[in-house]
Amino acid sequence: MVFFLKRLLQLPVVMLTLTLLIVGLLQFLSPAERASAYVTSDAQARNLDLIIRDRGLDQPFPIQYGRWLSAALQGDLGFSKASNKPVTETIRERLPATAELALAAAFPIIVCGIWLGTTAALHKNRFLDRFLRLMATAGFSLPTFVLGILLLVIFYGALGWFPGNGNLSVLYQITLASPEFHRYTGMVTVDSLLNGQWAMWLDALHHLVLPALTLILTSSAVILKVMRAQLLEVLKSDYVRTARAKGLAERVVIGKHARRNALLPIVTFSGFVFIGLLGGVLFTETIFGYPGIGEWGGQAALRFDVPGVIGFALLNAVVVVVVSTLTDVLYGIVDPRVRFS
Amino acid sequence: MSLTLPKTVSAPSSRRFGWWTSKPIVRMRRDRATMTGVALVLAFALIALLAPLIAPPQGNCARDLGIPAGSSIYHPARSAFWRAVLAAPPSCYQITRVTFDPVPAPPSRTAWFGTSQGYDIFYGIVWGTRTMLRMGLIIVAINLILGTVIGLISGFYRGVVDLVIQRVIDVIFAFPGLILTVVLVALFKPSTGTIILAFVATGWASYARILRGDVLRVRELEFVDAARSLGASDLRLMLVHIVPNSLTSLLTQVVLDLGTVPLGIAALSFLGLGFPVGYADWGQLLNFARAWIQGPPGQPLAYWYVTLFPTLAILCFSLGWNLVGDGARDAFDPRDN
Repeated sequence: MVFFLKRLLQLPVVMLTLTLLIVGLLQFLSPAERASAYVTSDAQARNLDLIIRDRGLDQPFPIQYGRWLSAALQGDLGFSKASNKPVTETIRERLPATAELALAAAFPIIVCGIWLGTTAALHKNRFLDRFLRLMATAGFSLPTFVLGILLLVIFYGALGWFPGNGNLSVLYQITLASPEFHRYTGMVTVDSLLNGQWAMWLDALHHLVLPALTLILTSSAVILKVMRAQLLEVLKSDYVRTARAKGLAERVVIGKHARRNALLPIVTFSGFVFIGLLGGVLFTETIFGYPGIGEWGGQAALRFDVPGVIGFALLNAVVVVVVSTLTDVLYGIVDPRVRFS
Repeated sequence: MSLTLPKTVSAPSSRRFGWWTSKPIVRMRRDRATMTGVALVLAFALIALLAPLIAPPQGNCARDLGIPAGSSIYHPARSAFWRAVLAAPPSCYQITRVTFDPVPAPPSRTAWFGTSQGYDIFYGIVWGTRTMLRMGLIIVAINLILGTVIGLISGFYRGVVDLVIQRVIDVIFAFPGLILTVVLVALFKPSTGTIILAFVATGWASYARILRGDVLRVRELEFVDAARSLGASDLRLMLVHIVPNSLTSLLTQVVLDLGTVPLGIAALSFLGLGFPVGYADWGQLLNFARAWIQGPPGQPLAYWYVTLFPTLAILCFSLGWNLVGDGARDAFDPRDN
């Protein structure tokens, strides 16, 4: 219990350091540039001085930081030019789409990675192992943006099997906007099912394939490599030898004794992979015009949309901190040694 | 495993070439994958060095080099030859514009890899290699020095300084991939200086952390105590006794970064956050390609060259450095010795 509490206490510390750094960075901009973060209309743009005075943007750093923090805690992160909406509203609207994409990619990544890694380890230094490792190195070497473009050229441009833009066809976007359609989760694949729109569900899945595949192909390699190394390590251990000496079937030795122990570090690495997906999402969503957080972040960065960029950074940080705390806690549950040491 | 290796009876191994026959290097030399990586990396280094000879300068670049019209650059006696190879003027990094027609033109005798938005893809890839390696070297060098200094201070003096530095590193490490870099470049408007700044702001942390760990480990060892009792200054302790002990881990990180930093720059350019339009870099060429994913009706693959050549360049570059990095990590891994 102490372990979990300690881990949870680190959360606010990291967040505080981060916000300090971000507001500190903003000091390099002029007060007028900082004020532009809160401009929502032309009339306001002509009265920048008013905003500067109102928000204390020409005050010393500690005061500015305090005011920024209290505004941020109340959900006021400024107005994003890129989405033409307040930052908090943009995040609320777009986060479900990104979560949908990340979740759609995360499960195949972990399952494929574990399975392929096991296969590689059991065929150590034979053809299948060499082939899988070569593929892993190739997948690892392909930056997300290159693979995304390649998939787009092949499966959208040349073959026309999958759509290349957005997360729904125009027809279903109309359905989505209609008042009868209830948006329970904000994820189109889930909502269309809950509304009983089967055709729309298929259409959403169809749109999800290429972006998810981009993430899966680039990220499975990490899990594969770790799983292979771990399993090889575990197979050398005494308890595996004992299990074999007892005369247990090889299937039981691998499945029950070896693999379960090799899976422990995979918990931590799955956390890393999920965090890595956030970086991948920025490029994947930009390439496939997928209306999530990453696409917005890219647009905000291009258009000098300071509040957008900062909101994007903060959101990423929150997800990272939460995910890494969760993986640590999960690790503590899976491996009792961590809790008691 | 190493029992079967024939022991090389080297001539009185002089100290200067001792590293060549040292165990990790021999192990790297014998690994086919690592050597493939080395070959790829060396090929790119050659392309970067000889860029002016492979894709001869034209237009402004030729003028800035003082090459008279009609004569060529292949003349080692002229100063233009050496200037182009060693210190090319900025105009040379501007991709030759073959036409103002944005529609891609297929490979031809004037533009070997075709054109994209009117720019010569071949010229862009050859000079882009130079951009990639040059930026990589600059950024990694700054990171190495900065990270080493900060890591030394953090590990040697500990206390509050260490605590603050470590929390900052935590925050930098917390951000996935390129996100922090993108945020920094976006906040300070893209330019070469901003790009370097952004990669330095995030890159020094790994060196600092490596070195701090080593300092904490080494500073307790007896030979450091001995040196201290002999009256060695802090600076001498750090530079003579601590840094040399961390060289291999720093070196592995350098090799990894030399591969990943240029790819990060390409990724930024791909988003439109890199160099100005027309500057020779691979990410921008791929960004151009986004407009030509689909060919005209009936010929879906008509613009294949727009995507294929930049993709191949990036893939080979990345693969090369990854193979070298994997090989170096395995070879220097103390657990296997």
